[in-house]
Amino acid sequence: MYGVEVNKLSKRFGTRRVLEDVSFSLSVGDSLAVVGKNGSGKTTLLKILAGLAAPTRGTVTFSNEKQKLDRAEVRQCLSYVGPELTLYDFLTAAENLTFFAAMRGTSVDTAWVETMLAALQLGGRGGDFYGAYSSGMKQRLKYAVALLNDPVYLLLDEPTANLDDEGKKIVAEIIARQKKNGIVIVATNEAGEYGFADKLIRLGN
Amino acid sequence: MKRGSTVLPTSSSGLATKSLAVLRKDILSEFRTRYAINAILLFGVTTLTVVSFSVGQLGLPADVYAALFWIIIFFSAMSGLAQVFVKEEESRTAIVLRLTSDPTAIYLGKLVFNFLLLALLELVITPLFFVLTDARMANVGLFLIVLLVGSLGLAGASTLIAAIISKASIKGALFAVLSFPILLPLLIGAIAGTRKALGVTESPFSAAAPELQLLISYAVVMITASLLLFEFVWEE
Repeated sequence: MYGVEVNKLSKRFGTRRVLEDVSFSLSVGDSLAVVGKNGSGKTTLLKILAGLAAPTRGTVTFSNEKQKLDRAEVRQCLSYVGPELTLYDFLTAAENLTFFAAMRGTSVDTAWVETMLAALQLGGRGGDFYGAYSSGMKQRLKYAVALLNDPVYLLLDEPTANLDDEGKKIVAEIIARQKKNGIVIVATNEAGEYGFADKLIRLGN
Repeated sequence: MKRGSTVLPTSSSGLATKSLAVLRKDILSEFRTRYAINAILLFGVTTLTVVSFSVGQLGLPADVYAALFWIIIFFSAMSGLAQVFVKEEESRTAIVLRLTSDPTAIYLGKLVFNFLLLALLELVITPLFFVLTDARMANVGLFLIVLLVGSLGLAGASTLIAAIISKASIKGALFAVLSFPILLPLLIGAIAGTRKALGVTESPFSAAAPELQLLISYAVVMITASLLLFEFVWEE
């Protein structure tokens, strides 16, 4: 069974402590909401988990059947959606999806891309450049890219940012599905989103 | 979309497929923005014009024309080859690329892209160089081989250096400063090889064997070292 163990994780930027001795352990079926005020370290924690930042101290161990996963294995089964993540402005939505599918080791055809876009209510807009999308549409396309590898670990930073009510419903469905078959970690400061997860960790105390 | 709920199409997880995807994406993106092509061609043609007006018709020795030719290629390359990674960092797409992609595939895709960019530059600059200066070609085959192997080494080294400097604040200056000492052996070999292609009429391949050995060795060592080092440069 897949799992992740975070042990006494700390992060400092210069002399400023952002995270201090954060520890938790999750396995398939678990979901965690990381909550706290702005600047409390929610995004930093997710970035460390995603391998985009290094901790000052502490460890993050991804495992399957108690065997530690290496960097390449983690990359294969982890997806991250966050505000600072950007797709290619000068590629269309369909080209973005096709490119990232190839990078994930999967080839997708036009019909599959259209189905995926339609599921995220972007049907018929696959030929539009990502740069011409609204912020809400961009957020939806990020979810399409994040789901390409059918992730075990799904990390979501401000999961409903820029989304309308329909978009928020889609995200809630994605999280509900992920909770059945994988691990989901949601960083948010929206009280209404705490319910996305079964466990909660509050940062900044 | 979730495991078991949507059947993903056929798997094609090969390194070649991923590298080609990176190459295709960069070509498509470059074709639409023309950021690197414009910079590299503008610099190349401008420098060539200056060379042509100043010393082009003086009937200089082959050594001088060979040096001038590679100076144009080197500095034109410096103005555009870093874009493969600088663009990813500046547009913040490097994050999603790091999250989803095999570093080796990224390096190989970007290496081929830079090589093609150099080939395009040389395709424009080389005929113009011989038209606008008094340089004369003694052996076309040798010249093309030196150009090909020299470009491969140049692309191999500059792609790795581009990844190193892409996070720095003074990217342009740093790229040239870091590249020069690393590329110096290649430039020396390429200039010497080109001089023999321009000036030696009898057994030019035998005469240029040491330079060709140097250029091939440089390209092999540089690309191998880059493949080994790139993951650390890219992910740290």
